[in-house]
Order: sequence, then C-alpha cells, then structure tokens
Amino acid sequence: MLKIDGVSKLFNPGTVDEKIALMNANLHLKPGDFVTVIGSNGAGKSTLMNIISGVMKSDAGKIFIEGQDVSELTEYKRSKWIGRVFQDPMAGTAPRMTIQENMAMAYTRGKGRGFSFGVTRAKRELFKNELHRLGIGLENRLNAKVGLLSGGERQALSLLMATFTRPQILLLDEHTAALDPARAELITTITESIVREMKLTTLMVTHNMEQAIRLGNRLIMMDKGRIILDIPESRKKDLTVEQLLGEFERISGSKLADDRIVLG
Amino acid sequence: MLASMQGAVESGLLYALMALGVYITFRILDFPDLTVDGSFTTGAAIATVMTINGTQPWLAVICAFLGGAAAGLCTGLLHTKGKVNGLLSGIIMMIALYSINLRIMGKPNLSLRNQMNAFDQIPVIAIAIVLAIAVKILLDLFFKTDIGLSLRATGDNSRMIRSFGANTDVTKIVGVALSNALVACSGALIAHHQKFADNSMGIGMIVIGLASVIIGEAIFGAKSIFRATLAVILGAIIYRVIYALALRVPGMEAQDMKLITAIIITCALVVPTVRRAINLKTTARKRTAEVLAGVRQTGGGER
Repeated sequence: MLKIDGVSKLFNPGTVDEKIALMNANLHLKPGDFVTVIGSNGAGKSTLMNIISGVMKSDAGKIFIEGQDVSELTEYKRSKWIGRVFQDPMAGTAPRMTIQENMAMAYTRGKGRGFSFGVTRAKRELFKNELHRLGIGLENRLNAKVGLLSGGERQALSLLMATFTRPQILLLDEHTAALDPARAELITTITESIVREMKLTTLMVTHNMEQAIRLGNRLIMMDKGRIILDIPESRKKDLTVEQLLGEFERISGSKLADDRIVLG
Repeated sequence: MLASMQGAVESGLLYALMALGVYITFRILDFPDLTVDGSFTTGAAIATVMTINGTQPWLAVICAFLGGAAAGLCTGLLHTKGKVNGLLSGIIMMIALYSINLRIMGKPNLSLRNQMNAFDQIPVIAIAIVLAIAVKILLDLFFKTDIGLSLRATGDNSRMIRSFGANTDVTKIVGVALSNALVACSGALIAHHQKFADNSMGIGMIVIGLASVIIGEAIFGAKSIFRATLAVILGAIIYRVIYALALRVPGMEAQDMKLITAIIITCALVVPTVRRAINLKTTARKRTAEVLAGVRQTGGGER
C-alpha cells in the first residue's frame, strides 16, 4: 500500500547547520497495517510524515502509494490518497468557516473542485451521520464556526475530516499531544474505532509509549534519521514499556530522550 | 444638500464594486493587494478609450473587467510562482500598471463628454443599485461553491486546505484576479459616471477600499459572507457620504480628503483594538477575583 524506498533528507545542505533528517529509510506498509512510530527528539518522525505527504521532497529515494511512484507529486496531488491529522488542533480545520463547510472541503478531497455547491441537502445528511459517530454532539452544530470549538472538539473534527472519505493512507502526527489527558484519551478511542471500522492503513507518530504499544499491529522506532527497530504484531502483543526503552538503549547506545515522552 | 447626498450614494454604490474586490483579497484571502491602485485606473482607461473609439459602453466595461483580471493574474503569479512577498508583488504591479495605463490612454487624461455613456438610457442610481446587489449575490453564491470554499480556506488555513487537495497557488491567483476584475469594473463605471478618466484617479484607492470594508464591518458586522458583503457595500456608501459631508466643512478642500481617509481608517482600526484590550483586562480581573474567592471559600489552594 505504502512503500518508502531508501528515502533520505538533509536539512540545510551545504551549510554549517547541515543535519541528517532521514537516512536511507525503508518502510513497507501492507493494506490495513496500523503502525505506531516512536523515537527521540529529532529522530525524523515528523520529517518522515512530511515526506510521505509531500510537504517536503526527499533528496534521495522513492515513495510508492498503491504501486504508483508519487515521489514527484506535489502535496495537494498526493492528498488524493492521504488523510492527515496534525499535532496542532488548530491546523486541521478552517476556524472562520462552519462545521459543515469544513466537512464539505474534506468531502472533495481527491475530487475536482468546481462550481457546484459545497453543502447540499444530501451532503448535509451525510455530514450529520458522520459527525454523529464522534458522539460529541457536533451533528447539532453544523452552522457553528469551527473557531468556537474546543481543542478536543476541533481535533475530533479534524480526525473525522481526514478519514470519512476513506483515504488509502492515514497519517497521524502526534495528534493527541497538544490535548489534556481526558481529551487525548477521547481522541485515541475515536482513532482506534475509526481505523478499525474503515480498515485504514495508518502511520501514527506518538510520544506516548504505552499508546504506541497498545495501538496498532506494528511498531517502529526511529533515532537520528534511521528506523532502528521494527516490531511485528507477534512480538508487539506482550511488549512492555521497559522492554522498549531497553531495546532503544541497546541499539542506539543512549537513553531515549524526548522532552515530552509519556511512559504510560 | 440632498443632491450631493444622492450623488454620494450613487458613487458609493459604484465604488462598492471596488470595495468588494478589496474585501476578497484583504479579508477572504488575507492578502493585502496594492495592485488595486493601478487596476482601478486600468479599468477606467480601457473603458474610456474603447468608448471613444466607438465600442458599446457596456462592452467596454466588460473589457475593463477582463483587463483588471489580467492585472490580478500577474500579481497572483508573481506572488505564488515567483515567491515574491505579497505586498511587494502588488507594489510592482501597481507601478507597472502606471505606465501601462498611460500607454492605453495615450495621454494623462481623457474626456468622455459628447461620447456614448453607460448611463445614457437608465438613471445611474438604478444601474448602480442593481449592479451592486447582483455582484453581491453572485459573490455570496460563489463563496458557497467548492472552489469558493477552497478560496476562503486558503485565507483561513492554507495548510489545511492543501492537505485536502486544493492547489492554493491557483486559489490565490483566482481570488486576486477576481478582485482586480471587480476593481477595474468599478474604475470603468466611475469614469463613465464622471465622464473622464485620469491617470492618477486610482491613487489611494486601496485605502478607500480598506476604509469601506472596515467601516462597513464595524457598523454592520461580518458574521457570515452574506452579512460581510452587504456591510462592505454599505461601508462604501457611508464613506462617500462622509466624504461629501467633510467637503462641506468650511476650510476643507478636496486635497485634504486623503488625509481624512487616513484618519477615518486609523480610527476604525485602532478603536476596536483598544476596546478589545480593555474588555480583556476587565474580564481577566473579574474572573481572577471570582476564582480567588472560590478558592478561599473551599478553604485551600489545592487543586
């Protein structure tokens, strides 16, 4: 479904600040895979996300989605296959537009945009049904400006917008990190059920070790731009946080350093 | 007095198209586009020259509309593809248009006296009202379409709309072109209304447009696109009325009007900011006192 083939990326190439962001990264996701990604500060997790989604172009290597080489496609063209939720709850929605208008924009992901109305009666019913799944009452506030919602509500809406059109790949970039624990838990639960129901191929960056182990069927660990550990489903089931930290120290030779790490 | 008020409302409605254009860039796209100062004159120049050469006036106005769109297209391309800062790309086009406008007109000013006129058959006020309302409604509808939504989202959260597959370069270019098309159309109508075009008639137009947008929004609110476009039209009329009244103040002359405009727009911008800051401070004080009182009552600082 998603194949990352020898992807490398340098930041500030040729300057004193040159930094390896990604180093010969290889990753192959099968349809329906739910992979969690952990790693220390500057390990390249976000860069990996940005390169898959096309926000950045890699310096070497190729990206394939459903067998098609998308390495040269721009971000907006790749969005046909990719749904994304950002860390910042403000990033995934347009605040001065209403909930139904935001849903309408998500609805046209991967389709051409023309002069037909974004919100029609039929679409409004569809949006209502989809919003109902979140279970937080947004279906009754279709005409509310998104800027009026709380961070948790906005993130739930972002998650729904990224997924209800069934993208081939879902990228979650620490999407619960900016929320308080209760809301983060709500978003995690919603994420789990949406991914399971829609069988979405998902890549989720998290700094919550316990979450990384509990969710998904595969776990990868990154350090200094490399994927240093790839734990398959069979081993992931009885993995503990201590084992994971131990593995990290053994491979990288240093303690896992993430200023926001949550052990669970 | 009454006659001058009617004149103010008439020209206010004609300038309203320009103000709607400024609203598109300034508010919807969040792009301060200074092309306006040039494209307003471009519209006037195209319409005037074509009318003098015997084209039907309304066809000339439509050509002015297209000319403005072309100017906006250039600004949009400069900004998106050339990665030139937004303000600067507007300034570059404004300066370029100054020469282009002179080329179109052939000399700094042209008269439309004794020529065909767009307002020959029907009174100005009737055309102006119909036109302003028609453009308002068309814009309201446009901003509800899929393209219109992605254009609004480009100004609101461009990262988000890119992640949903919109090419924000294209939406920006479309927005800036549409904006300048309306501005040029307004310039063409003003030229027909005052029966002349002048190469400097667009100078300061962006500020007048901003003043109209800000006055309108301050008085009538901008809760929805429907409200906002209405507010912009009314703001343009109010600006003209203030202008007409200010001219009646003894000692005030036409040359002082740009300064008056600057003062109006400054007030309209600063007063809401100050009011918001004061409100915030009062609320914060009040809430802090309440929270502190609540803590004291429950008898402890623990959470």
